[in-house]
Amino acid sequence: MPDKKRKTPKLDELEKGEWPSFVKEIKSAADKNAMANDLLGQLERSYEEKIGHWKHGGIVGVLGYGGGVIGRYSDLPEEFPSVSHFHTMRINQPAGWFYTSDVLRKLCDIWEKHGSGLTNMHGSTGDLVFLGTRTEELEPTFKELTDLGFDLGGSGSDVRTPSCCCGMARCEWACYDTMALTYFLTMHYQDELHRPAFPYKWKFKMSGCPNDCVAAIARSDMSIIGTWRDDIQVDEAAVTECAKAGMDIQKDVVGNCPAKCMDWDGKKLKIDNKSCVKCMHCINAMPKALAPGKDRGACILIGAKAPIVEGALLSSVLIPFIKLEPPYTELIELVDKIHEVWSENGKNRERIGEFIQRVGMGNFLEAIGVEPIPEMVAHPRENPYVFYEEYFEEDESQENPKR
Amino acid sequence: MGDQVSVQEVSDAMYKMIKDSMGQKKWKATDLTKAVTEMFGERCDKNTAKSAIRELIESGKCVYTYFGGSFIEIPHKEGAEN
Repeated sequence: MPDKKRKTPKLDELEKGEWPSFVKEIKSAADKNAMANDLLGQLERSYEEKIGHWKHGGIVGVLGYGGGVIGRYSDLPEEFPSVSHFHTMRINQPAGWFYTSDVLRKLCDIWEKHGSGLTNMHGSTGDLVFLGTRTEELEPTFKELTDLGFDLGGSGSDVRTPSCCCGMARCEWACYDTMALTYFLTMHYQDELHRPAFPYKWKFKMSGCPNDCVAAIARSDMSIIGTWRDDIQVDEAAVTECAKAGMDIQKDVVGNCPAKCMDWDGKKLKIDNKSCVKCMHCINAMPKALAPGKDRGACILIGAKAPIVEGALLSSVLIPFIKLEPPYTELIELVDKIHEVWSENGKNRERIGEFIQRVGMGNFLEAIGVEPIPEMVAHPRENPYVFYEEYFEEDESQENPKR
Repeated sequence: MGDQVSVQEVSDAMYKMIKDSMGQKKWKATDLTKAVTEMFGERCDKNTAKSAIRELIESGKCVYTYFGGSFIEIPHKEGAEN
């Protein structure tokens, strides 16, 4: 039990309003945990002074692993002794974030015993995040986690814990088994996940369809997003039902199609599937009437990142369509080749998207042995891969180079 | 082409590099791999270098650290803890 409760007038403001408040949860934990109590005190100080009081990084971890623990120390240890160490542990979450309530209780018990009891469910990496413990509690926590069948996730310059949407477990639009691929990649890249060997972090995120519920296109170095290459499935009777029920198909479906590839004459919905960009809008609007095609797989995109060292990037198409079924040989060969080229030539703290920007898409494609195709053009009027080599060769042979 | 160098020999060479440059240079796994590949030439492939790093870490002779990126260092007193 904490000796005395911290006074937190500024944090109290964050409890007001209709939304959930992290302050309320920390206060609840602070009733029985000294760490949570001192955390409130230090946070209040940060809000008063408009300055953070954490020191980040360092040497802490569990034996043999280079990831999974993020060292954090208070720079006011005398004032807030219970958070002098406040390390974060990232726990590899189950694919699709499926838990049993029994396992959740056991995880919370472990963390109340060894740490602050505070968690993030889940962090932006996808991991289950345990917030705040001391160095000497890391190994005992890790031991209890592994006894329960859990492992640490990634951190630092390694493969971060792969994450995915719930996929075929709950969603009929999933174009491939996201959970199976996530589990496979997690197991296949165990060494790269626990032993940082890259210039910087590498994130895989798997979405089952172009709705991209895990926001892979904005957050992962390799975004694997489900898609299809045949025609959208249309249940004409259900389309008629939608119209009869009062849906304005012309305005709300056809009018919002970004590819303008649909036509509605009041009776029949026609789709020019060759022009469809698989945006999912029409399928989302009429889920009973329309569905993704039957020839399903995924599109692989590369290079997204949040702004850290440089600005944010969205990923762009690398492989427009790939069938994703075990043993995933084609995918693994591609990923390994990319890792090899990036590890060999990447600068410290350079994400793959930044690396591609620096060396040029053309050079990158040549290095990984992938042919350029029109789908790789990320923006209108941008052509990142044409070299005009034949043009130069022709000119050189005529000894009259014109550029 | 000579015999393949042993994991232990590569691990020892990596340890010496890290120890000799302590306080002056931080080594990433890729830097160590490049350095031993240069040192041993074709006698050391990437898998041997990878195994050597693993040996360094699992023996406790070195640890991973994080300072804006992941590095491999000889264990020392945590600066941030002071």
